[in-house]
Amino acid sequence: MIPADVKLDTLGYFCPMPIILTSKKIKELVPGQVLEVASDDEGIKKDMPAWCETTGHGWVGLEEEPGADKTIYKAYVKKS
Amino acid sequence: MNATKLEPATALAELKETKPDRVTLVVLSGDMDKAMAAFIIATGAAAMGMKVTMFFTFWGLNIIRKEGATSSATDWMRRAFGWINKGGTENLPLSRFHFGGLGTSMMKKVMKNNRMPGIAELLETAQDLGVQMIACTTTLGMMGISKDTLIDGVDQLAGVSTYLAEARHGSVNLFI
Repeated sequence: MIPADVKLDTLGYFCPMPIILTSKKIKELVPGQVLEVASDDEGIKKDMPAWCETTGHGWVGLEEEPGADKTIYKAYVKKS
Repeated sequence: MNATKLEPATALAELKETKPDRVTLVVLSGDMDKAMAAFIIATGAAAMGMKVTMFFTFWGLNIIRKEGATSSATDWMRRAFGWINKGGTENLPLSRFHFGGLGTSMMKKVMKNNRMPGIAELLETAQDLGVQMIACTTTLGMMGISKDTLIDGVDQLAGVSTYLAEARHGSVNLFI
């Protein structure tokens, strides 16, 4: 369990929406805070670290919650 | 080519100073699926903090025309052409399986059911994220499209040297 200060729900959204919503949401955080982004698009596993690398925000990690019909991915980003 | 005529001279100066990652897209196609790919790349890049310029030409101009806009040209050939070549994000056909509109409307339904953003929403998101949009003046004239029938928020009407001036600073340049 990774602690998060702010949570963002992008369930049901496909690429590029999780990244776009993340880039908007991250502006509301202060440096050092952690944002949790929940998504059911598997692409986020690779996309979020790549987004962090490009934007300079910190990549904290990913948690997977396997569900009955789909897995929910929770990506954690630390605002730089 | 007259370099002093380049309108975004100030933008270029700022660009040289900050040197951000830059993406330029030439959008020639007016097909819905290709426009979607272009906007997904553009909005994705903008969300990653890159500067994005989309250069619309030929059929791609239909994407940034007002809904149902026809030709405002006075000669009959371009007028007739304008009647067939209607603009607007809702009028874009699929590059395959359009089937006179049936295939495209089915695809739109599937997208909607799956909460995938349509072209209109992607376009709005792109504008929100500060994606710069340029309409090609040569093809505007050729196709009889007047600038008042373009959507609001088209940043510039320009030609190839404006595109190249931006593209030479870009690390990602795509032709769609």
